[in-house]
Amino acid sequence: MSVEDEAQLDVLLDVIYQHYHYDFRGYARASLRRRVAAAMGRLGVQSVTEVRRRIAADARAFAELLPWFTVQLSDLFRDPQYFRFFRENIVPVLRTYPSRKLWVAGCSTGEEAYSFAIILREEKLLDRTLIYATDIYEQSLRTATSGIYDLDRMRTFTENHRLAGGTTSLSEHYTTSAQGAMFDRDLRDHIVFADHSLATDAVFAEVQAVSCRNVLIYFATELQDRALGLFHGALVRGGWLGLGPKETLEFSAVRDQFTSHPQRWYMRDVPR
Amino acid sequence: MIGIVIGGSAGSLDALHALFSTLRGVREATWIVVLHLSPTSKSLLPEVLGTYTDMPVREAVDKLPLTMGSVVVAPPDYHLLIERDLTCALSRDPAVHFSRPALDPLFQTAADAFGADTVGVLLSGANADGAAGLRTIQQGGGRVAVQDPATATAIEMPTAGIAACTPDLVATPRAIGQWIASVLEGDR
Repeated sequence: MSVEDEAQLDVLLDVIYQHYHYDFRGYARASLRRRVAAAMGRLGVQSVTEVRRRIAADARAFAELLPWFTVQLSDLFRDPQYFRFFRENIVPVLRTYPSRKLWVAGCSTGEEAYSFAIILREEKLLDRTLIYATDIYEQSLRTATSGIYDLDRMRTFTENHRLAGGTTSLSEHYTTSAQGAMFDRDLRDHIVFADHSLATDAVFAEVQAVSCRNVLIYFATELQDRALGLFHGALVRGGWLGLGPKETLEFSAVRDQFTSHPQRWYMRDVPR
Repeated sequence: MIGIVIGGSAGSLDALHALFSTLRGVREATWIVVLHLSPTSKSLLPEVLGTYTDMPVREAVDKLPLTMGSVVVAPPDYHLLIERDLTCALSRDPAVHFSRPALDPLFQTAADAFGADTVGVLLSGANADGAAGLRTIQQGGGRVAVQDPATATAIEMPTAGIAACTPDLVATPRAIGQWIASVLEGDR
């Protein structure tokens, strides 16, 4: 991308922020450039400037492009070993608290939030647990709140659940209908799906665990450190932070405040 | 720093072996390798490559800085991109040419990050991924080499690469390795 296009990309991000209050200004640049190039193709325009003009003039054009910037696909119990570690090592810690709060940051369409709810239900800990599941994209949050997923995804979900150490049959947790598989109301009642931006919003609760996977890879260092600062601020001492399989605190500002454990789980240090 | 980006799919492991075998003791660059991988299996590529080269080989993680004399490999199910500050970036954006990781995202972002100091190498492979990326590297003043399709297990990838740009070299993987060594020597 040329120097001029690069400057125009900054202007585009400013316009998106001013018009629509989505803040992509701190996103990792290489990925952004590719996404904007793809947007040019979809809108049939030749320059970043034209993308910006189109988006500024037409909210629908922006709405069509927005999923490109935000939507991440996930599965229930994706990377089963991650959830197995949670069940075997973190659940026993959660059991020592009279009530529990978890935060799934960047929850997209909700699969991970339901995964944690199912584990906690199996471990008989769901009753006094609240899971905050946040994202910036309203459409994803709507899907998440519905708790309905395509039936053809259930086979993968069931296999993942088994590999993650599930103690029940996954089918005990949903009912099937013409619309798809709908997860139990009781699971959903323990999840609060809410709009929250890691770029612009603040800490809203004290939690024992944060799970934020495949979100930080899209953030440049500064925004990443902001998000990690929020997680650190939200976590109780001895609380747990889980990241995506290729994400690490190794290069972050908070690296010394966490202890690394397997499967990309980190524990917020208890001061000595 | 010179960035050497190498990509391939079907049949490219043997080619990588031959290429790296000519480069023992060569350190004056940072090396990045993307092969089309199954998204589900844990990648053995870093271990396998580690037996081909005396350089340290590491699977990329987010924000990993590229360093001289080391090899970074794209992980399964993520695109590997290079930022201008010469760190790794990963993305789970849709597959390109039916593959994630794909070659084009790496080649194109490497061209952006390393500019004329990019060397792109396209090996044996079964589709046209990488061709557009090679063109971008060449347009940015970088150098490109393509495995001679006559020596490739799968000819689609090198053939598309040759059609998409004017390679500086079309040759066996071994000869490409020797060419890289001479490029690095000339640069010194």
